[in-house]
Amino acid sequence: MKGRRPVFFDLTQIEMPVGAVTSITHRVTGILLAFCLPYLLYLLQLSLQGPDGYKSVISIFDRAGFKSLVLFFIWALAHHLLAGVRHLLSDIDTGSRLHTARASAWFVNCGAVAIALLGAGALW
Amino acid sequence: MKKAVSGLRAWMVQRFTALYLLAFFLFSLLHFAFAPPDSYQSWRTWVTAPAVLNATALFFILLLLHAWVGLRDVAMDYARSLPLRVTLLATLALVLTGLGMWALQILLSA
Repeated sequence: MKGRRPVFFDLTQIEMPVGAVTSITHRVTGILLAFCLPYLLYLLQLSLQGPDGYKSVISIFDRAGFKSLVLFFIWALAHHLLAGVRHLLSDIDTGSRLHTARASAWFVNCGAVAIALLGAGALW
Repeated sequence: MKKAVSGLRAWMVQRFTALYLLAFFLFSLLHFAFAPPDSYQSWRTWVTAPAVLNATALFFILLLLHAWVGLRDVAMDYARSLPLRVTLLATLALVLTGLGMWALQILLSA
């Protein structure tokens, strides 16, 4: 083994192609969504406990702080779903050519933000 | 050999669960868009309708399988030392199983 190999790992200097951004975001949003699961189950349980529980879930959703979390969740879910569909399409050999793949990666990244904006409109 | 098969199976599980999760998600989204519950009664009636209850139970089971494959891949990519990897995967399996039992309990007692 040569002792000194050139190492270049300055994250601010590495240029990520758009597909790489979509790919890593798909992974990160997947982890985030998994961490949301216990909270979702808690809300589901509370909402089904009785009229009082249902009302407290409604009032939790009315809090501004919680709404921002929901907005973030909507973005993560939208990105994960769109990127997942892009994956499924490339599994059946659709959109694997570089040009189409780049276009669909842009579509996923921008589409998720657009859906989050729609969600913001619905929330506030 | 065994590893290759299990890799293919994980890949299949990830795809087929994804299709069901997507379908269930679109179904609930349409429900909330066009017939949102306006009271505890209407919410409970919808959730406990046998078709919805079964579809929701299946949703949680497949969601946890999907999360298992995804998080397992992440753990295998970044946790390089075997003891750490085994600990992570065992914890993950335990937590996901617990969440699944909790989800089914919520649905059964609804």
